[in-house]
Amino acid sequence: MEYKDYYKIMGLSRDATPEEIKRAYRKLARKYHPDVSKEANAEAKFKELGEAYEVLKDPKKKAAYDQVGRGWQEGQPFTPPPDWGFDFGVDQGFTGTQPGGGFSDFFEALFGGGFRRGRGGAYGRQMQGSDQLAKIQIDLEDAYRGADSLISLNMPQADSQGHLVSNVRTLNVKIPKGIKAGQRIRLAGQGMPGGGGGGSGDLYLEIEFKPHRYFRAEGRDIHLELPVTPWEAALGATVPVPTLGGAVEVKIPPGSQAGKQLRLKGRGLPGTPAGDQYVTLKIVAPSARTDEAKALYEKMAKVMPMNPRAAMGV
Amino acid sequence: MKNEIVVISGIVLDESMRFSLVELCDFAKASPDQVIEMVEEGVLEPEGTSVYTWRFDTHALKRLQIAMRLEQDLGVNLPGSALVLDLLEEMERLKR
Repeated sequence: MEYKDYYKIMGLSRDATPEEIKRAYRKLARKYHPDVSKEANAEAKFKELGEAYEVLKDPKKKAAYDQVGRGWQEGQPFTPPPDWGFDFGVDQGFTGTQPGGGFSDFFEALFGGGFRRGRGGAYGRQMQGSDQLAKIQIDLEDAYRGADSLISLNMPQADSQGHLVSNVRTLNVKIPKGIKAGQRIRLAGQGMPGGGGGGSGDLYLEIEFKPHRYFRAEGRDIHLELPVTPWEAALGATVPVPTLGGAVEVKIPPGSQAGKQLRLKGRGLPGTPAGDQYVTLKIVAPSARTDEAKALYEKMAKVMPMNPRAAMGV
Repeated sequence: MKNEIVVISGIVLDESMRFSLVELCDFAKASPDQVIEMVEEGVLEPEGTSVYTWRFDTHALKRLQIAMRLEQDLGVNLPGSALVLDLLEEMERLKR
């Protein structure tokens, strides 16, 4: 396991006062709180921060950490001294959100012996495990059809002696047809384990869609930018258009301009009511590569002169 | 480290769902007093006129859970939570 420099994680020097530790925690917790933060790695940072604060705010744990940690650098391979033993009081309990799982192996090795963790609970007393949150990214196609999705979660679990060990859990979760981005699935009893016979918390999965090559979802509606040729737009045409349910033929009305929006009713994500697909036309003009093509463009300029910038007064 | 496969399906918290006060407390592991206080502070806005007829939607469940975490992790009080939640939702709207 690797040594964790809790002072470095909190941006503090080793002689920081309790007030400085609290202030640093509050500041960083605001920055990385998973409900508020837009930082990509907020959950991991917040977890790390919570672990660092758990140790540094507690004079007993801090003293023990300072004693064992002398001379170590962040990330160095670490083994606790053979005579290591940390005695917890009976009122030790953890607070704070621990998204994605519990504390590091390093923490467990130093302080993890013989007690179980839960929100505001105490050692030996029955307590409910806390709820867990995870964001999962799924394909739009899976939301359209419904799917079984394998997700991996890092979760602490109590072993036979009641020690917490980190455990990768793979859950096969049913993604219901027609789920939308931002919607949550609640899996009862799949959150953090409880202690002293208390039940497990719940797991909430928040759905996000992976970016799609050409579809964009807004609620149950699907948006698509459809490239068309100038003659398809000007003369009208029936062209194939991809939808989540497969290609459909769509009639482009004659005289269409770029930006024109067509609505394909009920072709979005399923539901009551089902979403629609909105197709926005994008006119793509071929390059004039040959003399013949150039001549054609020149003829167009002569036959159909226009100033597309007239409205701009130029 | 070991792997175990568990096949599970949960319930989708969609916008048509409604919870009574008791159900909401059960879901969020909150106390009725906590929820009543949040309604009084405007963090939650249930349908219905009395505690007995209150109906909360899944949006309220999410707001309640975030408010509880903000209080626990950052020491944010209820008016502060209401402000944070409104700003977070405004940010979401602007992003779209």
